[in-house]
Amino acid sequence: MFFLPSLYRHPEFAKGARDLAPQALGIAAWGLMTGVAMVKSGMSMFECIVMSLLVFAGSSQLAAIPLIIAGAPAWVILATGLCVNLRFVVFSLHLRPYLIHLPLWRRLGHGYLTADVSYVLFTKRFNQVAPTRQGKLAQEAYLAGNDGLNWLSWVTSSLVGITLANGIPPAWGLGFAGILCLLGILCSLASSRMRILSGVVAGAAAVAAYALPLKLNILVAIAAAVMLCLTVERVRGER
Amino acid sequence: MTDGWNGTDLWTLAVIVGLAAVTVVTRCFFFFSSAEWHLPLWAQRGLQYAPIAALSAVVIPEIVMQQGELISSLQDARLYAAAVGAAVYFWRRDVLQTIVLGMAVYLPLHLGWGW
Repeated sequence: MFFLPSLYRHPEFAKGARDLAPQALGIAAWGLMTGVAMVKSGMSMFECIVMSLLVFAGSSQLAAIPLIIAGAPAWVILATGLCVNLRFVVFSLHLRPYLIHLPLWRRLGHGYLTADVSYVLFTKRFNQVAPTRQGKLAQEAYLAGNDGLNWLSWVTSSLVGITLANGIPPAWGLGFAGILCLLGILCSLASSRMRILSGVVAGAAAVAAYALPLKLNILVAIAAAVMLCLTVERVRGER
Repeated sequence: MTDGWNGTDLWTLAVIVGLAAVTVVTRCFFFFSSAEWHLPLWAQRGLQYAPIAALSAVVIPEIVMQQGELISSLQDARLYAAAVGAAVYFWRRDVLQTIVLGMAVYLPLHLGWGW
């Protein structure tokens, strides 16, 4: 978390922020358009601001807004948010060994702030959990710098979007910058044949299962890609 | 904004707080208990494939789907912007340039030609 001196004074904090910086424009474009979408939906200005500051999950916000406006039962809205966010459960399983030595509030703080981009950049930089205490602190500081800047660009741009909502027509498609940002990160991960296979399978599965409600196609795609890659590894290993 | 509070109601605010709790519960799902346990080796291996799979599953439908259907027309600005963006990434290894040059293709096609 960016407000802890032991983290923000650590050199890895700046490294984490620097690694996020090229992505910040894409995240900001996405935050901006989410802010615009919230206002256009008819939620009050105050509700939009509270949602931007607290929820910090673009896809679940966009899924929840029409339900809130329609007056759907609260449990339906929360269950929708939960399903749309299920990929984060996989991320938390992956990040657990890196953070589990920390006190509970620090684990929860890091988890809350770690969205897609920070998760991907963190696991790309550190594919092993550090064995020493200093190493673990360095990894934590990197994560804090990375997700701190992610949070800042998301929240600032959402607030700008809320303020300027009527001057930015959604039809311009500025939100596509967010997709290009994720596409760039996707390309950066395509560093081995097995990983490329994982990406291709997941992309195809997400398209094939697109009709599933609540963005469950994303979870199905992750499961399909991981299982297929493990099977291919096993078959190649036995040969 | 003078009407910033208009239409604000406690039910909506409570739902928003609930959605924030959902963010915490999903992002921290395996952080709550610090009990000692280790993933089986196969699952640890499998997780290395999760980041690229998650990104691909989010990104690819946003490029090739339109209103729930696979696009059937090549007159779609997203295809060319994504192709240029990916090429720029592999050429320059820089996400910022991927975004900027991809949008430089996307916006004229989308706003100018209506693709």
